[in-house]
Amino acid sequence: MATQPDIDLHSEDEAFRTEVRQFLSNHFPDELKGKGNLLSAVEGPTDESDAERKWREAMGERGWGVPTWPKEYGGGGLTRKQAAILNEEMAKAGAYNPIGGMGVMMFGPTLLEYGNEEQKHEHIPPIARGEVRWCQGYSEPNAGSDLANLQTMAEDKGDHYLVNGQKTWTSGGQWADKCFCLVRTDRGDKHKGISFLLIDMDAPGVEVRPIQMISGASPFCETFFTDVKVPKGNLVGEEGQGWTIGKRLLQHERTNLSGGGSMARLMGASLSDIAKKYTETDANGELADKVLRDRIADFDIRWNAFLLTARRAGEESKAQGGVSEISSVLKKLGTKLGQERAEMLIEIMGMQALGWEGEGFSESELSGTRAWLFGKATTIYGGSTEIQNNIIAKRVLGMLDHQ
Amino acid sequence: MAVLNEEQEMLRDMARDWATEKSPVTEFRKVRREGAPEAYDPGAYATMAEMGWTGVIIPEEHGGSDFGWLSLGLVVEELGKTLTASPLIASTLAASAILLGGSEEQKAKWLPGLAGGEIKATLAIDEGPRHGPADYKTGVSDDRMTGTKAFVHEAHGADLFVVAAADGLYLVEAGEGVSLSTRSMVDNRNHAEVTFDGAAADRLANGGESLLDDVLDRARVLTACEMLGMAQQVFDSTLDYLKQRVQFNQVLATFQALQHRMADLFGDLAMMRSAVEGGLQALDSGFGVARAATIAKAEANRVLHTISREGVQLHGGMGMTDEYDVGFYLKRARVLEASWGGTAMLKNRFATLSGY
Repeated sequence: MATQPDIDLHSEDEAFRTEVRQFLSNHFPDELKGKGNLLSAVEGPTDESDAERKWREAMGERGWGVPTWPKEYGGGGLTRKQAAILNEEMAKAGAYNPIGGMGVMMFGPTLLEYGNEEQKHEHIPPIARGEVRWCQGYSEPNAGSDLANLQTMAEDKGDHYLVNGQKTWTSGGQWADKCFCLVRTDRGDKHKGISFLLIDMDAPGVEVRPIQMISGASPFCETFFTDVKVPKGNLVGEEGQGWTIGKRLLQHERTNLSGGGSMARLMGASLSDIAKKYTETDANGELADKVLRDRIADFDIRWNAFLLTARRAGEESKAQGGVSEISSVLKKLGTKLGQERAEMLIEIMGMQALGWEGEGFSESELSGTRAWLFGKATTIYGGSTEIQNNIIAKRVLGMLDHQ
Repeated sequence: MAVLNEEQEMLRDMARDWATEKSPVTEFRKVRREGAPEAYDPGAYATMAEMGWTGVIIPEEHGGSDFGWLSLGLVVEELGKTLTASPLIASTLAASAILLGGSEEQKAKWLPGLAGGEIKATLAIDEGPRHGPADYKTGVSDDRMTGTKAFVHEAHGADLFVVAAADGLYLVEAGEGVSLSTRSMVDNRNHAEVTFDGAAADRLANGGESLLDDVLDRARVLTACEMLGMAQQVFDSTLDYLKQRVQFNQVLATFQALQHRMADLFGDLAMMRSAVEGGLQALDSGFGVARAATIAKAEANRVLHTISREGVQLHGGMGMTDEYDVGFYLKRARVLEASWGGTAMLKNRFATLSGY
């Protein structure tokens, strides 16, 4: 039935596995075991220890933080199979990928597809080495779900653009070095008047103000552009192509936001283990509250079906090449289930899950509270669930536009 | 859809072409009108056997093709789309029981006939209207079986029954000591109560303590495949209907309230497909079968239940008529939801398997 594995290829993979193990034992320090990736998170300033920096540099040098990106731009140049081996071995060693963030998840893949050679050589290698933080300049006060209504203007001044306007919900804007931005180069055409522009966050005229959220954190910012000069070479693609490029980037974003595997890791302990800790078990070791037990099973079954869907979408996109509109389905399903889980945690843990700060609550309880609140953003950002439903209905199912 | 190899794509395309051209729902209507207790067209089943579908999970040495469960699932899904009535699932499950629990002699005796479609067989497990682990009253002494089995699928026309008794699974041939009482059900298919009164019983002695569970897990996954085909079909035909039906001078598909309901169902259908394919892949790999089968059937129950209800609702009054097909799917859906595990039983089993 299945094609027999090619013997030579197989042994080559095994040789690669040995190389990875060697590399990890040489470069991954024990003290970082089980730690998370600072850069991969949207929030938080970069505050690296020496060990963390060395680990990032070692991975960056190999390009293994972005294992399947081309070698000529600083990627690992690995096959998907080799990348999977790398992942497996890193998981076994308790090692994390120190290279991440929006540059890796969204901007890099998009620039590799649409950027010119000069742009790729300038921007991809620093992303691959984890040296540059990117943020996303998409939403505006009057362009949320109706993103194409954006008004930030980039005026052609010969050798540069002069940018004026305001972006909002700029994730990690206060810590970012650079911003990939949707700007208006033509007021005449809603969609074709949009261009994709790269802006330095330390350029004169860029101002960032963090927004305090219901979770108490400030991971999002308002970003103001006042007479910001941007070189013409920072235009990706052609003028007016921004909507196409920007949408493509959103597909990468959705795939990552729903992201089966990474989300499963974020979720930590299973609901049933938490329920065993916070509620009674009976003589058989089963949860004594049978109604709760039923609800956890109901959630777990659907969560498993979602993980299988994420895996299937991955296999399909590998076979067909690239992310697809199924990303809308994954985003919609994954974020809904994530919120459902957070609400169930409160039900299981009761008051203990609702502490804001201070005495009487463990650190994981408090971070759970904040995660529950922050998680409300997941069905709003990256295209709200309602927008995903529009995309599914119109583009996938071919239901006509609502007038 | 899982990534398929060339063989599997050919098999699926063949099944799709045959089902749409030779076995559309009008064929099911014909079978229903004729009212025979078998409730399927023997000629159609012979054709299915000729195409090799009856031997997909049976090893080549016993006359099958050994293409595996994922391959069979593709065929069953296509047949589910057109409500094709046949003993394919029932006979395959009986064959899998013999494969797992039979002696070499029993395999040699039954598998070639099952692979060739000349022999039809079915499982006779439950003794009441709800499926669940039970202390079966059916018993065997001196190789003679006594007991009554409820709601046996594809009982009429079956040459062989795989029967759960208090101490394991047995093969019982139709004929002396076996009597059938038809149960006319909402799905117009082949169901009966089967009574064994001193019928000769031949034990399936291999397969260990988990034999019954292993067979039932196969039943759960394969039934979920039929349900997947049905859910896909109801979804597709509902979508077509919404694109045609005009009210307020607009086709219904332009209303956002309906667009978002279809988007929800589309997401559910994606999860159901992943769960069902996960079950088939577990059967082919032999790894994590109990969990995967439970997830597959539970998701099939949840999603087909929702889609069959929404299908009727979104068809409006037409969905209530016998002239439209959507009602057939609603009726068959509930029969299959109750088969081999309702949702409550499956959730309980999942929690137990997961240690909580």
